[in-house]
Amino acid sequence: MVPLSYYLLLSAVLFACGVAGFLIKRNIITIFMSIELMLNAVNLSFVAFAAHWHRLSGQVFVFFVMVVAAAEAAVGLAIIISVFRTRDTLNVDSVNLLKL
Amino acid sequence: MNVNLHLWMIPLLPLAGAAINGLLGRHFPKRLVTVVGVAFVTASLGITWWVAAQLWGMPLDAIPHTERLAPWIVAGNFSADFAFYLDQLAMVMLLVVTNVGFLIHVYSVGYMAEEGGYYRYFAYLNLFMFFMLTLVLANNYLLMFIGWEGVGLASYLLIGFFFTRDSAASAGKKAFIVNRVGDFGFLIALFLLIQHFGSLNFDKVFPAVSQMNPETAGAGLLTAVGLLLLFGACGKSAQVPLYVWLPDAMEGPTPVSSLIHAATMVTAGVYMIARSNVIFNRAPKALMVVAIIGCITALFAAVIGMVQTDIKKVLAYSTISQLGYMFLACGVAAYSAGIFHLMTHAFFKGLLFLAAGSVIHALGGEQDMRRMGGLRREIPWTFWTMTAGTVAIAGIPPMSGFFSKDQILWKAWSSPYGSWAYWLVAIFTALLTSFYMFRLWFMTFLGEYRGNATHGHEPAGQEQHAHEGHIHESPAAMLVPMAILAILAVAGGYVGVPNALGGSNHFDKFLAPAFKVSAEAMPAGTSQGEPPSEAAAERSQEGNIELVMTGVSVGAALLGFFFAWLLYQRRRDLPDRIAAGLNGFYDAVRDKFYVDEFYQAVIVAPLINGASRVLWRGVDMAGIDATANDSAASARDVSDTVRHMQSGNIRSYAGWVALGAAAIVGYMTWMGLR
Repeated sequence: MVPLSYYLLLSAVLFACGVAGFLIKRNIITIFMSIELMLNAVNLSFVAFAAHWHRLSGQVFVFFVMVVAAAEAAVGLAIIISVFRTRDTLNVDSVNLLKL
Repeated sequence: MNVNLHLWMIPLLPLAGAAINGLLGRHFPKRLVTVVGVAFVTASLGITWWVAAQLWGMPLDAIPHTERLAPWIVAGNFSADFAFYLDQLAMVMLLVVTNVGFLIHVYSVGYMAEEGGYYRYFAYLNLFMFFMLTLVLANNYLLMFIGWEGVGLASYLLIGFFFTRDSAASAGKKAFIVNRVGDFGFLIALFLLIQHFGSLNFDKVFPAVSQMNPETAGAGLLTAVGLLLLFGACGKSAQVPLYVWLPDAMEGPTPVSSLIHAATMVTAGVYMIARSNVIFNRAPKALMVVAIIGCITALFAAVIGMVQTDIKKVLAYSTISQLGYMFLACGVAAYSAGIFHLMTHAFFKGLLFLAAGSVIHALGGEQDMRRMGGLRREIPWTFWTMTAGTVAIAGIPPMSGFFSKDQILWKAWSSPYGSWAYWLVAIFTALLTSFYMFRLWFMTFLGEYRGNATHGHEPAGQEQHAHEGHIHESPAAMLVPMAILAILAVAGGYVGVPNALGGSNHFDKFLAPAFKVSAEAMPAGTSQGEPPSEAAAERSQEGNIELVMTGVSVGAALLGFFFAWLLYQRRRDLPDRIAAGLNGFYDAVRDKFYVDEFYQAVIVAPLINGASRVLWRGVDMAGIDATANDSAASARDVSDTVRHMQSGNIRSYAGWVALGAAAIVGYMTWMGLR
């Protein structure tokens, strides 16, 4: 049986990768993927704990996160497409109309 | 029998005059201002005489007569009303204030005719009358205090009447501030009375006090109240140590000096002590302090007055000295003698100031006696009225000042509270009084004219009164009040001729009921009570002593006259040689013993330094301001540094969030591992 700590370690590494990607990358699509990566890193630790403690609530939580992530992906991709259509770029640093 | 005397009209009529002139007078023609200003005071005077006639007919048990106009302050058990209290003492004061006040209003019409701010002057003068009459008629200490403060205000306004002159403005401030020092004592006395008697009404406090035994209960309390009241009186009546404002107050127009700073307002302290006789009689220590302060003031001011060269300053110091006499009289529990002197002093000192004003008017604003002289032929009316006043204040019989001063001298010796020391100081002061007054008289009216003003050909420069340019007698509006006051100064003493001189002292008898309560309560231990069988013999013997003393006081007055004649008429070179012979002492006296400088160095300068260095620069600027400013500055500095975090770059925010989250996780992990 794989010990719990392995899952948690993997989850932390994945989350760190997501954070790093979020901070470094300029492309909106990549940033978006980084966010998904972070969400799923958290999901991994949820299911790991659920399996370890034999509780279902962790798995239920993961379903909720997936539902929200799906909705977010739908809305987010739509926004990304409309941004690309209006501004011809996916670089977040040039999408700064609201900045002073 | 409870008649309505409508006492409220007496003070309120001048207030109406003040309001009309003060609010509308700017647009009035001068004649109308005059009519308004004088008419309301005249009406007040008329009512006072009517009230006096009514009071005369009243049975003694209807006096004091109290009239309640309206409630004023009601707080729990404490209440103070707008209510008036009329007894013999208040009646005498009322008559003095309204009569002298009326005469000086008339005089002012002539004196102020050429001055700017004519309406303002009469508004202030009427305002003064209102407050003074309130002070006199009040039936509780609080209302009296309102009048007390009000006359101070009117005095301030009138001293600073020529407010463009810097010295006048600062003299006004000085008078006001020094008075405030005294008022502080008065107020604390009132608080003590409220605390212990729950009331400030005369008809509640005095009976309560007269229940107290001076030997045991409440002796300390009454002494404290007495001393604090005395302190207040010292401020208002210009006694040592608070007399310094009065000489400076001569910056005001001369009629103001006459009315406020000689005849009426400055006597308010004497009136207040006489009014509080019930308290003072049960506080022998306080009484003794009153007498001692009176003695010191009388002597001290007379000495300074001897060498002043400004005609009004001489009279100012003379006023302080005479007020000292009144305090001395009150201090030996001879209140009626004090009030008697107050009245005669109002006549002759009011007159002297008016005459001095007439001299100044005649010389086009000149006040220095060294540049006067020989004026008796130029301004004969002024000369003769001034002579009447001078002889009266010097105490030469049969003028009014003789009778009143003689009574004080006699009481200072014979009263149970009296002492030979008081008498000695008083008789010496009488000598000095006579000397400096005749000095003034000789320097002003006799000898040769020493000024450079003009006998009719040269313009007199730009002084205030120089509207004709040569020495001229004053108009009738000024001379008639002077003449009337001169008659009063000559004859006013006959209401109080003492028994020893074949009179029956009506004045003393009239006032006796107002001080009756106190006479009964004289402590048995201190009075040298004689057994009834020896009383008659004692009395005749006392009469003899009194006669001898009268002779001594007349001798002192004549001696003063002789010295003045010798020094300022016969041998004019002597004063300078004597002054040179006395070296520093003469200079010290001429410079008023450096009291002003002393106060400046010991009180004013440390106060200003303390206020500006410690309170202003130290506490306010370095403490309070600095705290507020520094905390603001440090907040700004911190913000200046921290604001760079807010770059507007989303990913840097995200970086901060990640960093913060990492810090929290790290901390929790570390805590968990520990």
